[in-house]
Amino acid sequence: MTTWVFSEETDGAPSAASLEAATAARAWGEVAAFYVGTGNPAAFAALGDHGVTKVYHLDPGDALPSAAAAAAMADLAASDAPSVIMFSMGSTDRDVAGRLSARMGATVLSNAVALEVDGGSVVAYNEILGGSTKVATKAESGPVIVVTRPKAFPAEPAGGAEPAVVAIAMPETGHAGSAQVLSRHVEASEGPDLEEADVIISGGRGLGNADGFAMMDELAKLLGGAVGATRAVVDSGWVPYSYQIGQTGKTVKPSVYVACGISGAMQHLVGMKDATTIIAINKDPEAPIFDVSDLGIVGDVNKVVPALVEALKARS
Amino acid sequence: MRIAVCVKQIPDPATPYELDPDSHYVVRPNDQVLDDTDRYGVEVALQLAEATEGSVTLVSMSPSGNLQGIRQALAMGADKAVIVDDESLRGSDSLTTAKVLAGAIQREGFDLVIAGTESTDGYTGVVPQQVAELLDVPSLSFAKKVELAEDGAVRIERQTAAGYDVVQSAVPVLVTVTSGVVEPRYPTFKGIMQAKSKPVDTLGCGDVGVSPTTTQTIQAVEPVPAREAGEIVEDDGEGYAKIVAMLEQVKVI
Repeated sequence: MTTWVFSEETDGAPSAASLEAATAARAWGEVAAFYVGTGNPAAFAALGDHGVTKVYHLDPGDALPSAAAAAAMADLAASDAPSVIMFSMGSTDRDVAGRLSARMGATVLSNAVALEVDGGSVVAYNEILGGSTKVATKAESGPVIVVTRPKAFPAEPAGGAEPAVVAIAMPETGHAGSAQVLSRHVEASEGPDLEEADVIISGGRGLGNADGFAMMDELAKLLGGAVGATRAVVDSGWVPYSYQIGQTGKTVKPSVYVACGISGAMQHLVGMKDATTIIAINKDPEAPIFDVSDLGIVGDVNKVVPALVEALKARS
Repeated sequence: MRIAVCVKQIPDPATPYELDPDSHYVVRPNDQVLDDTDRYGVEVALQLAEATEGSVTLVSMSPSGNLQGIRQALAMGADKAVIVDDESLRGSDSLTTAKVLAGAIQREGFDLVIAGTESTDGYTGVVPQQVAELLDVPSLSFAKKVELAEDGAVRIERQTAAGYDVVQSAVPVLVTVTSGVVEPRYPTFKGIMQAKSKPVDTLGCGDVGVSPTTTQTIQAVEPVPAREAGEIVEDDGEGYAKIVAMLEQVKVI
């Protein structure tokens, strides 16, 4: 049986999530990737290294790729007959997953944190209620589209050979495929990459205002960490979306997560609850963040963090 | 511009929802509220309708109950609502939901469809894109800003992992909006009064041409082992020292 893994090009490389999916999928059969982006030999080799034997490559240019990618995948699926098609939670991943589902009449198992594939049977596990409850859902017929949470599986190279690469022409999709990308903007944050960082300092509404993030930056620098944020403060425009941790943002598993002025809404908890050590500072003793914390300080984040910064500076 | 906004009534998030022990479906009380993330889509729709002398129709699939959530959106200023409420839709997957919404939207006619990026209770996160494909229109997703371009096209700033892209399409088109896109208005007293008499059409599956089938089944629901409770201390001015000690213990410093 064949599994397809959707891979959106990210900084010239396959998305991290697609390498995670390929690692999981090679355990139960053949893996092909549907790669969207400019493409390059190193990117294809990385997919091969993770067990992908065939890459379908679509270069969308300046078109928003979702409609074209879905149309091309549906066409290929008619002959290739994949049993499982895996996506992650990225914007384009979700766009293509949804459109492909409608095009093929295939059901979607969403937010998967684990997957059991045995012959034609596909069972996906997802977590609800802030990660307190796990639900196992079985698809009744294939092909099955699965949208997985980032970091659900570890990405491990298998030393696979370079895959065969098949260039796919942009299919004719008429008006549905006519959306154009006019310009691209990068809002980079300083320091280590949030998804790779070993230490994360994360800020929420309790900081009071956007200026509180200067303090987050300072603490992160002292600990060699990265800065994250909740959806609420991203929506308020304090920091860009690239900082967002949670259901609709990044999923992180650092050694240490310091939650500053974060109440611990379910939407946030699902993105960080698997950190090894969680330290929380919040003025509300009833805040749900304390339920997942190894150390909780009930107090004013704008007093505790500056004191912590001073103490760390005194040591260095 | 004829604008359809996909909205959802959900159990009040202040009290975590429950699953029916037999069916494993979310228990939907008679009193449901408007999903908070939908207020942003309604606001964007109202602003665009005001700018183009257009109309705003709410479209929803749900057990209608007492329509409290739908009335919230009508009170903000939407013109009417179309609800698809059919017992056979209980436990529907995202694609069936999308077929129902697309059917209702097509029935009404549209230039623009607006939806949130995902619902707060189900969050499969793919329904809007499924609706767009079924309607055969582009999907401009994850908008943190929506505006009309000079030629009547819709232009958005689309959130990406690295930052944002400016993306544009002619109508008809579907847009999904994030909760940062606009500041939703609060209903006025007048709006709340008017909402009581605004038209709400209730349809069944047959009206939108959908016959639901079972596509996935929940096999098991089990609790995830909780993290071991940690130490919670009141800050007495020395709280930072506890953090320093823990950072030392885990060898970060």
